[in-house]
Amino acid sequence: MVTTVPAIAEVWAWLADIADPEIPVLSIVDLGIVRDVAYHEDRLHVTITPTYSGCPATMAIDALIRATLGGHGVRIFKLDVQLAPAWTSDWLTTDGRAKLRAYGIAPPEESAAALGIGIMRRPEARVTCPRCAATDVALTSRFGSTPCKALYRCNACLEPFDHFKCH
Amino acid sequence: MTTTVDTALVEYLLRLGDNDLILGQRLGELAGRAPILEEDLATTNVALDLIGQARLWLTYAGEAEGRGRTEDTFAYARNAGDFRNVLLVEQPNGSYADTIARAFLFDVAHFFFLEKLGTSADARIAGIAQKAVREVAYHVRRSGDWVIRLGDGTPESHLRMQSAIDALWTFTGELFAADAIEADVAARGIGIASDTLRGAWHEHVSAILQQATLTVPADGFMRVGGKTGIHTEQLSYLLAEMQSVRRSIPGDRW
Repeated sequence: MVTTVPAIAEVWAWLADIADPEIPVLSIVDLGIVRDVAYHEDRLHVTITPTYSGCPATMAIDALIRATLGGHGVRIFKLDVQLAPAWTSDWLTTDGRAKLRAYGIAPPEESAAALGIGIMRRPEARVTCPRCAATDVALTSRFGSTPCKALYRCNACLEPFDHFKCH
Repeated sequence: MTTTVDTALVEYLLRLGDNDLILGQRLGELAGRAPILEEDLATTNVALDLIGQARLWLTYAGEAEGRGRTEDTFAYARNAGDFRNVLLVEQPNGSYADTIARAFLFDVAHFFFLEKLGTSADARIAGIAQKAVREVAYHVRRSGDWVIRLGDGTPESHLRMQSAIDALWTFTGELFAADAIEADVAARGIGIASDTLRGAWHEHVSAILQQATLTVPADGFMRVGGKTGIHTEQLSYLLAEMQSVRRSIPGDRW
């Protein structure tokens, strides 16, 4: 029996069709949590790095990846979870950032690596209102509906909005 | 063949995991009951981060122990005396000033511990810590913001914030009370002796309290015991609720 295995690029394309359960406008590839797709001794390995330790979407994402690979006839594969290096919002793709903005969520504009993780890290200097593009905005709450977002209000158009935090 | 269990490592991982689990559960008690909607979201999001971190530590503890215990066994099938969290995190939510004071005093210590553990010689500890420290850096900025807002707020909020800090101060000594287990893991470069971080903690806590127009309490009698399983009665009430389903229907599954 001849079996053909999917090309790496093909697997990436399938994964790019999996929507994040919390922010469905983003795919898991846009989010930067798929770290690697590779064959090790003929077995497909997909490596995932969860965003936040307690993100409830993690289990759903695992299930979606299993279902997607299974649906494309991949029977033997391994899903690896890799914690280090830790996920950062710097891994959001350019495409992903544009999709977030169009969806009404202000994407992070600064580099998390440059901001650092110090205890006295300065606040993010630049957040842009996704509706009217004003930069005169105010933080309402450090947390929004999910750990990855904060609540802001635009001082120009007065609309509240979610900001995907620089993490 | 007998294999030797690295008991110091297991104990140390339980301390890390139990601190996260118990504070996460305390904050979770506020779901739907926080003073304002934004804080409801914030406390439960912090709880989620902490419980996520607890799962990573406790899973590792179970694997290091090698007796088949899982994160769930540790969370739901232990009695109070088997928990290794510090006394501070099991204290009740009280008023919102109490909740914020407890969070702040712990978050600052948590941040410095994780920052150091990020360079642990144990790659798994380092990986978990490097991930968790990014989340905790955010927790500590948020709880610090609230200490300042309430301390430097109205006379009433100032009074309550100061009382909360004063009342909880007796539990802060334990955060930095190093013992043989910490000395063991520190000597091997996999963990840290907590007394080495008290200076950094005190400096940051003092700076924020000062900004909040609050007084840094003098060190008096310090209550210890949690790290070795001697808890305040508060923990039993917390566990009674957290473990009630599992204890009513042992071994059942969703």
